[in-house]
Amino acid sequence: MMSHVDIAGQALDLAQRAAPEAEVAVGVAHTEQWLTRFATSFIHQNVADDTTTVALTVHLDGRTAAASTTLTGADGLRDLVDRTLASAKLAPADPSWPGLSSPAPLLSTGTLDEATAAATPAQRAEVVKAFVDAAQGRETAGYCRTAHWLGAYANSAGQAVSGQATAADFDGIVRDRGADSSTRLISTRLSDLDGAALGSQVARQVSGLADAVELPAGEYEVVLLPAAVSDLLINFALAGFNGKQHAEKRSFVRLGEPQFDPAITLIDDAVSAGRVGVPYDSEGTPRMRLTLVENGVTTALCHDRRSAVLSGAVSTGHSSGNAGFGPAAQNLVLSAGDRTVEELIGSVRRGLLVTDFWYTRVLDPLRLTLTGLTRNGVWLIEDGHATTAVKNFRFTQAYPEALAPGRVLGVGSAAVAQPARGGLGAWTGPALHLAAWNFTGTASG
Amino acid sequence: MSHFDVATAAVQAALDAGARYADARVMHRRTESMNARNGEIEDLNQDESAGVGVRALVGSGWGFYAVPDLSTTAARLAGQTAARIAAASTQVPGPALNLLAGQPVTASWSSPCRVDPLGVPLAEKGDLLTRTTAEMAGHGVIGEGVYQIWDTRKWFVSSEGHRIDQHIRECGAGISATAVGEGETQRRSYPSYRGQYGTSGWELVTDLDLGAHAARIADEAHALLTAPACPAGETTLILGSEQMCLQIHESVGHAIELDRILGWEAAFAGTSWLDLSQLGSLRYGSELMNITIDPTIPGALGSFGYDDEGTAAVKRYAVREGVWVGVLAGRDSASVAGLDYGGSVRADGWSRLPMVRMTNVGMEPGPHTLDEIIAATGDGVLMDVNRSWSIDDKRLNFQFGCEIGYEVKNGKLGRMLRNPTYTGIGPRFWQSMDMLSHETTAWGTPNCGKGQPGQTGHTGHPAAAARFRNVRVGVTA
Repeated sequence: MMSHVDIAGQALDLAQRAAPEAEVAVGVAHTEQWLTRFATSFIHQNVADDTTTVALTVHLDGRTAAASTTLTGADGLRDLVDRTLASAKLAPADPSWPGLSSPAPLLSTGTLDEATAAATPAQRAEVVKAFVDAAQGRETAGYCRTAHWLGAYANSAGQAVSGQATAADFDGIVRDRGADSSTRLISTRLSDLDGAALGSQVARQVSGLADAVELPAGEYEVVLLPAAVSDLLINFALAGFNGKQHAEKRSFVRLGEPQFDPAITLIDDAVSAGRVGVPYDSEGTPRMRLTLVENGVTTALCHDRRSAVLSGAVSTGHSSGNAGFGPAAQNLVLSAGDRTVEELIGSVRRGLLVTDFWYTRVLDPLRLTLTGLTRNGVWLIEDGHATTAVKNFRFTQAYPEALAPGRVLGVGSAAVAQPARGGLGAWTGPALHLAAWNFTGTASG
Repeated sequence: MSHFDVATAAVQAALDAGARYADARVMHRRTESMNARNGEIEDLNQDESAGVGVRALVGSGWGFYAVPDLSTTAARLAGQTAARIAAASTQVPGPALNLLAGQPVTASWSSPCRVDPLGVPLAEKGDLLTRTTAEMAGHGVIGEGVYQIWDTRKWFVSSEGHRIDQHIRECGAGISATAVGEGETQRRSYPSYRGQYGTSGWELVTDLDLGAHAARIADEAHALLTAPACPAGETTLILGSEQMCLQIHESVGHAIELDRILGWEAAFAGTSWLDLSQLGSLRYGSELMNITIDPTIPGALGSFGYDDEGTAAVKRYAVREGVWVGVLAGRDSASVAGLDYGGSVRADGWSRLPMVRMTNVGMEPGPHTLDEIIAATGDGVLMDVNRSWSIDDKRLNFQFGCEIGYEVKNGKLGRMLRNPTYTGIGPRFWQSMDMLSHETTAWGTPNCGKGQPGQTGHTGHPAAAARFRNVRVGVTA
């Protein structure tokens, strides 16, 4: 059986032989993903797949076509090359073709943990069992996942890179009379997932939530826990620092301006040691440690090769694989501060402690205003103490304005990596104490 | 070696490894999509995927394993691995899980298709998108267009004797115009943001006549930049057919998924406000509300011959004259709930575990027309074409935004309104529905997310315009 690197080389060779004048790029991704899912306190769905996908891009006579296959034998690769070339000859002209990535070394080949790559269903079940047991009879649900990615990229311009990485993530809730509390984290190592500790923590958190009271909607001072903060990071990545959307004037980002509080520093980082992530993008551009916001000042955008051309910039290694959508950060890190969560809560006279956000959607792309709901636990903070569980709210809030100069009153000291949904991405941030969050509706309407 | 033989080998291997039930799906799928912007093609993708996914039941837990290798050796290994994974689930066991009894079926089914969408020349499809988006760009907006095609063949075998092959062709297309103003962007789409989709051939796209709507939506996007904002307050709300599709999908379709009701999706997708003890008696909406689960509708996106457990497509009611009477179920969840039907279990590919999914969940026609509804409304707001959607994890508290709104005054449409939004609580909202059109469109939604690992479902939603009383509109930051 061919390795992922060999498959990339063979597909590139086949395409170049068939069309020597073409610009050709091949990306190979081999992913083993194992996910143990539990609900009503037992494992009910335990799944795995082992998939290799070969993606081929051809630019020929001013026209571009891309195709992929999971059939990686000689026949499958030959068919992939034949139909991609046939499509390239028939496709409409592509005057915006940005060319292939030039040879450039990787800053990292990825963070691999051999034990996680080899983890068994029984090992994931042990993590789940420890979580369920720690909930002491309360209903639980969630998943434990391990993933092993091996990738290779090669193009006719001479760029050839490969890498390996692992991820292990856990998402669990403990339920008490219809109320939920949660935990969520991702690492490169399964050994970092302590089911018993996580279960005990969430079991403590859920206590009292079932007796939540409803408070009126309105503007509240808030402490957002890392899971809630991750939603800000996701939306900044997808709808803010996207170089294509910025070029089309569809983003709130204004380079060089102090758009955020000085306490905010935002970096995209898939390459530092221990980070969950893929070390290059789908165009073969090495990922880098890119500072997007430094001490409140917006400093950079994410680019793929096409958006870079639009903006007169260079690719930052952020191709999402979807040219229509444009580039996207997948490993945002909001720098930690120096306050414990208890200290953040302690500095609030009256406000809300919010665990998580749910189903957030953009209402106004230019202000990045979203609506969504709270989930998995809200508490009223009075005179520095979380005193009373509160029912969920609906909110409508412009995210950048919530972090604007003077609006960030404290930053937590522990940045917690939250799993992206699938793949090898992570959103890492600490708890935040914000001056205001606009809650526009209550659970009852 | 046929695909049935490969699937049979996988099932037998799972049984030999200790599974008390197993099934396998061999799937081969070709997809094609194209995106264009302002007269240029941004993306042309043609993907091919093939493999076998094996589901094994050991004790109370499913094991599932999938490989992109259609050799019998790989299939047998996949069957053994699925059983081994299921066996590991017994470390955290649940109550005994049985499957609803079913008769083994041997069958073959294909979706209707007059013009093979993969057979239409790329140049012709590209010309459609470049010409249409260039026309919109000529009106000073960002013009975008997309089409998507899926051609799926699958061969299903179960340890109970099922042998079913299906060939399902789906496609669709849409265009959108984005006007960028000072501090604001406005978007108009036709026929909806991502387009219209069905289990149909390219004739669906031809019938959309995208070009005929390019200038109109571009002009509307511009007009929205200077239109007055949707006023805030409580009013009579008229929803157009496309927004009704979204309303049904989010606040009925997901709520009646039995796996959610049973708590099997509690950590991620969420649960449901519905309680099984009220099935057959709970008032969901007004007497105008008749919701069907109907995968037999020719050409609708959620149609099939058999679901991914081998259950034949059958029409049934979910809500009848406003009363909740049915759910979307599978053979395992139905058995747990004491129900006698499944039929709504699907996977988005060979590498994913089949799970409860919407098929075609839609509203049966009412007695009115949209014109009659407008004419009967003294003061209200009309909204259509979804722009944003958010709903809580019990599928109860929602806030939806639309691309366009209009005042309704004294039975006539008035000024255009920008940024229209409305919010409500599901059953309260549905009980306020007092007029319903019979001008139904079977909308297709190709982007329904659910499950871990994530799956993207294709669902259909017959929907028509309707009127709702005392709805809160115009929620802003």
